[in-house]
Amino acid sequence: MSKRTVQFKIYRYDPDRDEKPYMQDISVELEASDKKLLDALVRLKSVDDSLSFRRSCREGVCGSDAMNINGKNGLACLTDIDGLPQPIVLRPLPGLPVIRDLIVDMTQFFKQYHSIKPYLVNNDPAPERERLQTPEDREELNGLYECILCACCSTSCPSFWWNPDKFVGPAGLLAAYRFIADTRDQATNERLDNLEDPYRLFRCHTIMNCVDVCPKGLNPTRAIGKIKDAMVRRAV
Amino acid sequence: MVNRILVGAHYGLKDWIVQRATAVYMAVYTLVFAACALALPEFSFESWSALFGNGVFKFLTFLFFLALFYHAWIGVRDLWMDYVKPVGVRLTLHVVTIFLLVGYAGWAAQILWRL
Repeated sequence: MSKRTVQFKIYRYDPDRDEKPYMQDISVELEASDKKLLDALVRLKSVDDSLSFRRSCREGVCGSDAMNINGKNGLACLTDIDGLPQPIVLRPLPGLPVIRDLIVDMTQFFKQYHSIKPYLVNNDPAPERERLQTPEDREELNGLYECILCACCSTSCPSFWWNPDKFVGPAGLLAAYRFIADTRDQATNERLDNLEDPYRLFRCHTIMNCVDVCPKGLNPTRAIGKIKDAMVRRAV
Repeated sequence: MVNRILVGAHYGLKDWIVQRATAVYMAVYTLVFAACALALPEFSFESWSALFGNGVFKFLTFLFFLALFYHAWIGVRDLWMDYVKPVGVRLTLHVVTIFLLVGYAGWAAQILWRL
């Protein structure tokens, strides 16, 4: 791909300078080596260094550069720049307070994540080497442990928009099932009790925006369904 | 207390199952009702009241209304929970919704057993 110019429409807001947010039309000339949306944003920042966004690993592992790209949440580093219709409209992740430009305050998101105790609870003395699982038991954790907590899913979920303080959200519930499904964990009952609530789990109405946007191809809706299955199995 | 987020009501599973069970029942009833209505010799008051005069059909229809009202209770309650934030107003709406739905159930029974 040769040099080309790309048009952007970017959400800008600097609380120290702007009274309210506005959309900025801006274009940037890309080099042949610029392949991903993040490359273009870094190029854009060299032109206008007031533009703020988070990024770190630039290969879809850290989850820092999640943003709303042409109306759909995704990671800038995994999105091909040439596949996007122009002008490319960039907004911060919906539903979370904006700190500046494309940077959002993730406190609420992580609060929900921490509320499900995202760590193994096992009160037995630690074995000399490791706590073993059968290959079948380990298989159940595939599609769960890969979450990078980019918040694309939770911030595309209407239930999370309405009740971010009470509904755990798809990312938190995916992590919750990751530990409910783990045969080495001993707190399954407490975990299910913690989620047996009209808000924390049952606000999910299977809208499946989470599945649609997950940049890692994970399926929080399926995990939420399995939590409900576990509750039914426990109850009947 | 003002700024504390309170969750952990420890219910939800029962309502979730009931909402699904009532939905399945209503879908099945709709098919049975459509089949029975189409099988009527003619669309007249007599054949219509003969259909609803049948004890089994009365029972199934009343069950349908109970399923509908329970299903509606969960759906409407979820609406209040999502969109009405002041607790007092929400509680009032919950109570009004329950009163209305119970009243409707009584009304449905009266209509059915009048036939």
